[in-house]
Amino acid sequence: MASLKSIKKRIVSVKNTRQITKAMKMVSAAKLRRAQENVVAARPYAKKLGEVLQSLAGNLEGDLHPLLEKREAKKLLLIVVTSDRGLCGGFNTNLCKAGERYIKEKQGAFEQISVMTVGRKGYEYFKNRLTVYKNFTGVISKPTYQVAAKLGQEVIDGFQEGEYDQVELLYNSFRTVMTQDITFQQLLPVVPEEKAVVDEAPVEYIYEPSVGELLAEILPKNIEVQLFKSMLESVAGEHGARMTAMDSASKNASEMIGKLTLQYNRARQAAITTELMEIISGSESIKG
Amino acid sequence: MAEKMKLEIVTPYKKVVEVEVDEVTATGKLGEFGVLPGHAPFLTSLRIGELCYKSEGALVSMALNWGYFEIKDDTIIVLVETAEYADDIDIERARAAQGRAEEALKKLTPEDKQFKIYEAALERSIIRMQVAGKAVRK
Repeated sequence: MASLKSIKKRIVSVKNTRQITKAMKMVSAAKLRRAQENVVAARPYAKKLGEVLQSLAGNLEGDLHPLLEKREAKKLLLIVVTSDRGLCGGFNTNLCKAGERYIKEKQGAFEQISVMTVGRKGYEYFKNRLTVYKNFTGVISKPTYQVAAKLGQEVIDGFQEGEYDQVELLYNSFRTVMTQDITFQQLLPVVPEEKAVVDEAPVEYIYEPSVGELLAEILPKNIEVQLFKSMLESVAGEHGARMTAMDSASKNASEMIGKLTLQYNRARQAAITTELMEIISGSESIKG
Repeated sequence: MAEKMKLEIVTPYKKVVEVEVDEVTATGKLGEFGVLPGHAPFLTSLRIGELCYKSEGALVSMALNWGYFEIKDDTIIVLVETAEYADDIDIERARAAQGRAEEALKKLTPEDKQFKIYEAALERSIIRMQVAGKAVRK
């Protein structure tokens, strides 16, 4: 049996770990709340923009906008949104694995598949496996619209210059605190959603300038907003995942402390018993 | 004229404004325009500029970045990247931004990619100061 001292040491160390995991859980919980608020706040914007885009796309006649153009898909760009920091359970690993599986599946269909990563964890995962086309780290912890706009602009530029023909976005979308959904989303070319059949007659808008010009302005914005939204969702998901992971880590630590304490007490008792035996046998021998 | 319109201004960060208004003027892509209650459905994009609305007698102006403007059934939805009240504008910062942008524009030609970015920055700073100036006068 391990010595009393070494058990004691282990108990102390596990207790320290528990303290840290508990603190991290608290921090994540606080950050999660803010991240969640951000997601909720961004939703109306994204939703409204989507609606306008739909109504515009429905009214579009004549030549298509370059971002709507479907080219023969040869080169695929996968944007993977992960977190910069670890210790959040399977949050990043699951996503990266899903991405890798996806790439393997599609390898036959495309001539070239490149990866763009947002967040350090994704970059670290993919840099040893594939060539990473571009990498953005240090932006995800506090996503701003400016960052998303810059990203979006780069994606659009690359698409228009023919560096890739299809762009897909992979991120963890935030469903509940406990669960994040791995989400694939085609960013480019823009696929107009299936139009829901509406009973009422569509409203005739006055468009100024023309529909085409409006669309040309809104389409790139939509890409930016989608990216922004995915980043926000990912951040909220990350904190949720970390909170859950840290909660279970704290629980495990508590359990471990219980077990070790039991072991410690047993060892202590055994030591006392042996000592007693020694004393008794010593005094017996003197008497005799 | 008892009729009123509902005005909503939404940015990616939050809903900035949700008020009942009597009148709105804004800067559209093709120039300034105003809407009153009972306007026909209308959709336009906005350029960097000023948006004014009249609510309960008070005239409020805001500095807007790129966005678009939609009116339908007396409900106005404005989606913009940023929207700032006159009181929230940091004049010093705007002035500094204007100086920076002017400086950069001198070195660039319209062919440069950066040119447009700085041009937009210049426009933004001017509008900000313009809107902020109104707040002082009030």
